[in-house]
Amino acid sequence: MVQVHLNFRLAELESLADLHGIDVDFSGYSVDSPFMVVTLKNDKDASDWIKRSVLTRAIYEYWGEGTDYESLHKSIQSLPELEAYKSANDQKSFKFEFEKYGGNARQDTSARVSTIESFKYLDLKGPIRMKNPDEVFTVIEEYKAISDNVGGECPVKLYFGRQVQLSDRATGAVEKYDLKKRPYKGTTSFEAELSLASANIAQVKPGSIMYDPFVGTGSFLVAGGHYGALVLGSDIDGRMIRGKGQQTIGANFKHYKEAIQYLDVVTMDFTHNAIRDTLAIDTILCDPPYGIRESIKVLGAKDPEKFIGKEDVEINGQKAYLLRDYIPTKKPYSLDSLLDDLLDYASRRLPVNGRLAFWMPTANDENIATIIPLNSKLELKYNCVQDFNKWSRRLLVYINRGPDFNGPSNSGLDRTSNFRDRYFSGFN
Amino acid sequence: MDRIGKVDNCSARSRGSTSNMKFLTTNFLKCSVKGCDNSNLNFPLHYVGANCQLEQDESIEFNPEFLLRIIDRLEWPAVVSVAADLGNNDLPPNKPEFDENLTEEDMVILRDLHTLLIQTNITEGQMQCKNCEHIYYIKNSIPNLLLPPHLA
Repeated sequence: MVQVHLNFRLAELESLADLHGIDVDFSGYSVDSPFMVVTLKNDKDASDWIKRSVLTRAIYEYWGEGTDYESLHKSIQSLPELEAYKSANDQKSFKFEFEKYGGNARQDTSARVSTIESFKYLDLKGPIRMKNPDEVFTVIEEYKAISDNVGGECPVKLYFGRQVQLSDRATGAVEKYDLKKRPYKGTTSFEAELSLASANIAQVKPGSIMYDPFVGTGSFLVAGGHYGALVLGSDIDGRMIRGKGQQTIGANFKHYKEAIQYLDVVTMDFTHNAIRDTLAIDTILCDPPYGIRESIKVLGAKDPEKFIGKEDVEINGQKAYLLRDYIPTKKPYSLDSLLDDLLDYASRRLPVNGRLAFWMPTANDENIATIIPLNSKLELKYNCVQDFNKWSRRLLVYINRGPDFNGPSNSGLDRTSNFRDRYFSGFN
Repeated sequence: MDRIGKVDNCSARSRGSTSNMKFLTTNFLKCSVKGCDNSNLNFPLHYVGANCQLEQDESIEFNPEFLLRIIDRLEWPAVVSVAADLGNNDLPPNKPEFDENLTEEDMVILRDLHTLLIQTNITEGQMQCKNCEHIYYIKNSIPNLLLPPHLA
């Protein structure tokens, strides 16, 4: 596993296990450890579970562990399953790999070769293949760093196993979707790693429909499309959707060779929704406007009196509001109201057990506890915090439990409205 | 039946433009005026054929498995009526059904549907609600469903 975004790691692992219906005992999970030992039914479960994961590196069939090579070999040789493991692998092509955790000690090739030879008792008779072997046997060397910048030189812990599945991270997903390499992006684009993790925690499913009502430059559509969803977005700000020349959301999908996953984006106010009610939406994943870069707006007049009779204005004999270049006026709206609307929409549109996941900002220094929006039909499943210096943002994940759930609700309450003011006053 | 994919006033081919409103999207959009939700005339919108410009984007590959999932979610009568708005009157009245094992004939139909739903883009055009008669525009291949204050 990776030791970053620890507030998200367990949520991702639980969500992916649940998504594939895999029973995982998490009692061996520790937030402080990059390793977790777990019993699973078979390779397929292990593979399904970890294949999409962004916050782990890989899953291995466990063969043994030790504090040095001598104790590692002893541990492997005393493994009850060893004979079965040996005969299952003795004709397969293979190679050895060394994964280092927390250290960067270099070992020269001859030392590596003699280390590999020390595993001779495994009786691997198949050919060694560096490219596409049947099996990869991996030694994980855990080092204790000498200081923050200096890695350890001698491993303190060793694990040995047969690689079952590399994670999405280990096969390059985070680099592939790196914003630096994305053709169309903007100041509000969401980083690759946490947008992919969000899609996993939201349980975006292949072939399902995912909707982002605050699509912006389409960061979450990209993440959902990567996991096989058909993705649909809308935004009240048409400029974001339009992109710049050849740089558009659609162009990103073509760049990633995932154009088929991309349904469309439309210019629309989420609170005046134009998606037909009978279209099944399986997942909602989004990053609503915080009201920081620009204030939150919805359709309607800020000062209605000024607009009395405006619908009768004509230009060249045509109603002005029916012209192609008419620009509708917008009025300010609070983040609380917008999130209430979002939860309500999710409770009406998601299937039972469907997930709504979105990001919400909070100030860190307030003495008042952060109030998380709640809807009586939605179960708040995760509240994963990413801390910045004076503020934080959190991924809130809800499961639609239907009308009989009768959970707590705080819809209509003033919860976060001072976030924008506090942001601009430096949270002092 | 074998020309489902054709839409008459298709002006350009395969420009491969990077933003596009797919024909498919016409099957998702209703009028955004809340009052129209009580009417069954708010979906699909009427596409003013004479004012619609179409374009074929052939860069998206044909994927029958993907398409079957999409077809599952379609309101077929709306596909038929919007296609007619845009000059294609050849669609069957009922949604085509497919068995697990696709025949050659199925593949022909799916290819036509791919051409119509996925590859046909509306680059400019007008959409009108059949209930309140409000007119929405498709500009630079993006449908705009925003409303003036008296309808919001």
